Amino acid sequence: MAKFSVDNVKIDAIYSCVPTNKNKTRDYSLFNEAESLLFEKTTGISERRVAKENTTCSDLCYQAATNLLNDLSIDLSEIDILIFVSQSPDYFLPATAVTLQERLGLSKNCMALDINLGCSGYVYGLSVISSLLKNGLKKGLLLAGDKSTISTSFNDKSTYPLFGDAGTATLLSFDESAANMFFDLHSDGSGKDAIMIEYGHSRFPYNIFLDEEKEYEPGIKRSRNQLALDGMKVFNFALKEVAKSINECLEFAQVEKELVDYFVLHQANKLINDSVRKKMKLTEEKFPMSIGRYGNTSSASIPLTICVSLKEEIENQQLHLLLSGFGVGLSWANVLIKTGPIPVKCVDYD
Amino acid sequence: MGWYNFTLLILVYLSMNIQELITYIEEEFDEIEKGTIHSESSIREIEGWSSMHALILIALVDNHYDILLTGEELKNAVTIKDLHEVILKRKS
Repeated sequence: MAKFSVDNVKIDAIYSCVPTNKNKTRDYSLFNEAESLLFEKTTGISERRVAKENTTCSDLCYQAATNLLNDLSIDLSEIDILIFVSQSPDYFLPATAVTLQERLGLSKNCMALDINLGCSGYVYGLSVISSLLKNGLKKGLLLAGDKSTISTSFNDKSTYPLFGDAGTATLLSFDESAANMFFDLHSDGSGKDAIMIEYGHSRFPYNIFLDEEKEYEPGIKRSRNQLALDGMKVFNFALKEVAKSINECLEFAQVEKELVDYFVLHQANKLINDSVRKKMKLTEEKFPMSIGRYGNTSSASIPLTICVSLKEEIENQQLHLLLSGFGVGLSWANVLIKTGPIPVKCVDYD
Repeated sequence: MGWYNFTLLILVYLSMNIQELITYIEEEFDEIEKGTIHSESSIREIEGWSSMHALILIALVDNHYDILLTGEELKNAVTIKDLHEVILKRKS
């Protein structure tokens, strides 16, 4: 059972970076007015940020990281580990984390690796980097995000208006006075086809003949090289597992839900987060949201929400936060942390 | 209590509960005018029915009855009565 606590590691800062280009739900030409209103009401998404064609997720993470490292005047030689969590790496190989080690000017003694996870990726990334830091490494940089818009079809109403692009950087360090982090991690590969890009890697290599879009149902037209999403399956999975696993994580940490200041959930869909909140019988104020302005930003959604919706609180006080990521895999993960006051910032990328 | 009265009570109980489900649905969907749907109404008669409505309905049933409908169950439920029967069956 993947439930464990990590001591001696603290979060020093969280930065996010989003493209300046905004796409508004009401401007999506495949929606009529009623569909647009229903989509906004259900998902909560009014607008999202879309990166330019030549901008990658690593560019957004790089921008977030350089701002963080400069603002905090970090000695780059102290960074012993860099993890890049993303499903939109720069290349098939090498790992994007290794290219970022060089771009960021980090030491060759810094270990660097990619983690291929989406919506649960931030919490998974925290679990790996903190577990390594607790063994005596000095500082670590966790970069998480996705350029999901690269893989969605304009003609697929079930994916195109949902996703936004974002990159984030979280700095962590070894600190013997840090509060324990309590992790609770899960996976269920039987749901692999619920969110999938089927073609483009080893099982089914990229196939130019499959670039042609096929209509699966009215309003859902895409190629097999693009992202497919079974909304019903994902929704049922989230309703079945998320609240249950959050409660398990709290029970493991022996912390009452009332003592948690905020539950920062992955921003997939407002309806999912509202349902989780109602199941847990908690108030709306305890569940900060960022999906309205940024859409579903995959593994960036949790740190981005902290940066844009909890800035004042987390910069001025210590917060007890329950972070919960869930989605593609299927994979889901929770962590209970005590953090702050720490600097957080969201910067634009042009 | 005779069988007639017992059956009548059960019928009243069921119809009361189906009315409760209808009220929840009317409250949730802005597209539905209050008092315009009944047990035999088709769920998909909601104007502009889409997969988004299906998600709202799943969340509604989960929230009020603590039952997670599968896509298949929802697909097979044509009327509100059918949906109510699925809820009763799952509850028992």
